[in-house]
Parts: sequence; C-alpha cells; structure tokens
Amino acid sequence: MYDFLREMADSWGLLALFLGFIFVIFWAFRPGSREIHDDIANIPFRNDKIGDDHDG
Amino acid sequence: MINGFKLVALGLIALFAAIAANYGHDLAYQVHMIIFMLVAAGMFIHVLRQTGEPVPIEPDPDATGYMDGVIRYGVIATAFWGVVGFLAGTYIAFQLAFPELNFGLSFTSFGRLRPLHTSAVIFAFGGNALICTSFYIVQRTCAARLWGGNLAWFVFWGYQLFIVLAATGYLLGATQSKEYAEPEWYVDIWLTLVWVAYLAVFLGTILRRKEPHIYVANWFLLSFIVTVAMLHIVNNLSIPVSIFGSKSVQLFSGVQDALTQWWYGHNAVGFFLTAGFLGMMYYFVPKQAERPVYSYKLSIIHFWALIFLYIWAGPHHLHYTALPDWAQTLGMVFSVMLWMPSWGGMINGLMTLQGAWDKLRTDPVLRMLVVSVGFYGMATFEGPMMSIKAVNSLSHYTDWTIGHVHSGALGWNGMITFGALYFLVPRLWNRERLYSLSLVSWHFWLATIGIVFYASSMWVTGIMEGLMWREVDAEGFLVNSFADTVAAKFPMYVVRALGGVLYVAGSLIMVYNLWKTATGAEKPAPAAAVPAE
Repeated sequence: MYDFLREMADSWGLLALFLGFIFVIFWAFRPGSREIHDDIANIPFRNDKIGDDHDG
Repeated sequence: MINGFKLVALGLIALFAAIAANYGHDLAYQVHMIIFMLVAAGMFIHVLRQTGEPVPIEPDPDATGYMDGVIRYGVIATAFWGVVGFLAGTYIAFQLAFPELNFGLSFTSFGRLRPLHTSAVIFAFGGNALICTSFYIVQRTCAARLWGGNLAWFVFWGYQLFIVLAATGYLLGATQSKEYAEPEWYVDIWLTLVWVAYLAVFLGTILRRKEPHIYVANWFLLSFIVTVAMLHIVNNLSIPVSIFGSKSVQLFSGVQDALTQWWYGHNAVGFFLTAGFLGMMYYFVPKQAERPVYSYKLSIIHFWALIFLYIWAGPHHLHYTALPDWAQTLGMVFSVMLWMPSWGGMINGLMTLQGAWDKLRTDPVLRMLVVSVGFYGMATFEGPMMSIKAVNSLSHYTDWTIGHVHSGALGWNGMITFGALYFLVPRLWNRERLYSLSLVSWHFWLATIGIVFYASSMWVTGIMEGLMWREVDAEGFLVNSFADTVAAKFPMYVVRALGGVLYVAGSLIMVYNLWKTATGAEKPAPAAAVPAE
C-alpha cells in the first residue's frame, strides 16, 4: 500500500496535479472571461436585501 | 410528532450523560458529562414547553430577508471570546516574566493556561468570527437565505459548547498533547458533528443561490470548511482507553504521528487562519472601500495556488528531526513557493483601494482592514524565510517563532476581524453609523503599537537565545546554560507583556464602542464643525 502510494505520488499523481494547476490558471485567462469576471467581482454590491434585482 | 422524537433523544442523552458522570474515571470527564447532562436537560425543558402549543407566526425581524439573528449572536460571541483569549494571553505572558503568577496551582499553571489561550483566540475568537462572517457573506453573495433553518443555530450553540468543553478540559488537565488539537476524543467527535452541520448550512446556501456564479470569497470559505474537516478527523484518530474516561491513545506513533500533527498544525494555520480569513478579506475590503476587488483573475490564481501549495508545507515544523530529509526539504520548498500566492493576494487586497486611497485618511475601519492585509504580507514573507533550513536552525524553538505567529495572528487575523465587526454591527443592528470613529482610531493605534512591541521584542529575544544556545568556546564547549538564556530574556518578556496590555486595551475600547452602537446610543454631535475651505 505504502509503496503504491509512494510511486503514484512522485509520478502520475504529481503530473496530474501539476497539469490540473496549469489548466485552472489558463482557464482563468480564457477569451471572454473578462466580462464574466467583472460581473462576478461586483456581486458584493448587489443583494443588500433578498429579492433585490440581482442583475445589478 | 417531531418534538416527541426530540424529547426522547434529549432525555436519553441526559440519562446516559448522568450515568457516564457517575462512572467517570477522571475529573475532566465527569465535569464534561455533567455539562452534557445539563445542556440536554435544559434543551428537554425548552422543547417540552413548546410541545402542544400553537406555533406562533413570528414576523421576520430582519427587513433584509436574510437570516441575521444567528450572525448577531456570532458577533457578540466573537467580541466576548476575543477579550477572554487576549486576557489569557496577556496573563501567561506575565507568567513567563514573573513565574510567581503560576500560584503553585495546577489549574493556573502556564502549561494549562497556554492551550486555553491558543484555543480561545484561534478557535473561539477566530472560529466564531469565521462562522458569523461566512454566514453573512454567503447569504449576500448568493442572494439566498441560509439553508437548513435552525441548523445554523445548532452550529452556533454547538460550537460554543465545544469551546466550553475544550477550555474546561484544559484547566482540569485533559489533553491529548497535540498542539492546537488538545481536546480529547469525545470533544473531537462533538466538533465533527457541529462541523458537518456547518458544511451543510454553507453548501446548502450556495446550492440555492440566485447569482449564477459563486463569488471568490465563498471559494475560500468553502475550502476552509472542507479542509478543516479533513485535518480534524485524520489528526484526531485515536482510541479511548475507556468510554468512561477522557484518556485516549493515538493511532499513529513516532515520526508518523509527528508528521500527521504538523500536517494538521500547519494547515490549521493555512486553511483556518489564512483561507477562511482571506474569504473575509475578499468581501469586507471591497465593501468598505466601495470598489470591486482589484483583479478577479488574480484572486482565482491566488486561490488555486494557495490550495495546491499549502497542504505540503507542514514538514517545515520538523526540520532536523527524525523525519526523512527529503520530506523536510519538500516542506521547505513548498513553504518558499507559498510566498508568491500570498503576496499576490496581499497585492490584490491592497490594490483594491486604487483610486480610493484618500479614504484611508477618513475611514479608520478601512485603515484597520488595510493594515491587516499589510500584516498578512509581512507574516507570509517571514514564514517562508523561517522555513529555510539554515534560518530554521537558528530560529527553531526560540521566541522568534512566537513573534512570527503573533504578527500573523494579532496583525492579520485580529485586525481583519475587528474591521469586520466594525462593518457588521451598524448593519446588523440597523444603525446609521458607529457610535464613535475616534474610538476606532484609538483601538487601531493601541493594537498596532501593541503588535510592534510584541513582534520586535520577540525578534530580539528569539535571535538572542538562538545565538546563545549555539555559542561555543575555543574548546568547543557550550558557553551558556539554558537558565542563562531565560535570565537574559526577562526585559523582552516584560515588553512583550506590555504590548499585550495595549492590545487588550484596544479590544476593550472596541467592545464599548460596539455596545454603544448596538444599543443605539447617540453621541453628542460635535459643535458645528465646518471644514476649512
């Protein structure tokens, strides 16, 4: 069990985690993300009451 | 019908707790079972009085439509436990300078009061701050009421019960000797139940959100809840010696146990005191500055980099021990890499003020939040530096470590919580503004100067004792005995304790100010102050 986990950890497991990390970074910069992110960043400034128009 | 089940369950719990208290092997266990019995009996009477009565239709007291009652209680608990924890810390700081203050009693000895202090500030003050602000943030950023109805109240009161059990246990000598995880097995099981309920409330609220996206603060808060659940369960794997006693035996032993403990310990810092409080930063800094976060993309990268890196940093607590060298180096390398996302997050928080820097001049609450982010940056620079083996060989086991922890805890966690409390109280109690902004300024300066006293005295004394421990003469003999270093540290211990006094004084001013705000006291208006044109 230990040997299997150890081998996984410094080969495929490491590679998968690293690629996953790189992917989420690039995903944040995908085309069209700017408008979405601007919209999300403004969430704290709406909904002070429940049922307020949440489109801003 | 459901009340019937509740009554049966509560009655049984009270009965079994009474039996357990009777058969208990040690004092801490007996006291805890009596506490369980009293709580269950009290709940029994509470439920019984409601049974068979018509359910009153209460008008929602919160005009916002959100569930804010439990948050109000959380704010009060945060302020209360904060003062308790700071007082305990200042007291044990004086104990180190003046050992007479131990009074020769086991209950008031440093060894028992120290975990009381750390748990009071981290879990009682910090934990209540996290629970109440996360309930506030998740509702507003999801445009949804808390999921689960009264489950949120169970989380609040269940967590307070955990704090009381932990604190009384320490004083009565029940501990499993794991730093920041001292409570014994049945307290751990209770906290697990409360935590699962907390996760359910938080996740349930996210799932019924009206906003299509999940705001980044909720990512940080959710990662904090999930990771703490995982850390808590794995680090507390133990077998009780008897179900009628508090003593338990750890499942791991030796270096495996040490690594598990510091995997837990460092990620308690990383996810409880960092990720959770970053969730607060990503909500309260934009709100108070009235500007959206500087870069939402940077906040995403900040989040994932923190998640991927933090979990590996724990072994730096075990440099030059029986832990394999490669594991020590791994911990060191990941700690150094952590510097980058930490400073990315700090820059993101600070730059949120871009175009609004002038508000720092007029708004002491914003000043508090910004200084806390500054301390976050300072502590997350110092930490990676201390995790480097060469530096650690000097700093380890010295008071430099204690200074580092406190610039993070007092500066980052404390200040951002104070800022959040100043933000929340006028809104939760429907007041137009805080009672006094000049009292906030007083709090700000007392706390800041207190931290400066604390951190600088610990740097001096830590590096001094590190150098004294390693000093050898021409023949290679050690020059100083341990007691020599203790004697040399006395003046710095006094300065540290005085820094603590300043910090406590600031928190008492905060409590007064918040109390006056909540009770709606009107401050006499200043005599027609007209700004000079």
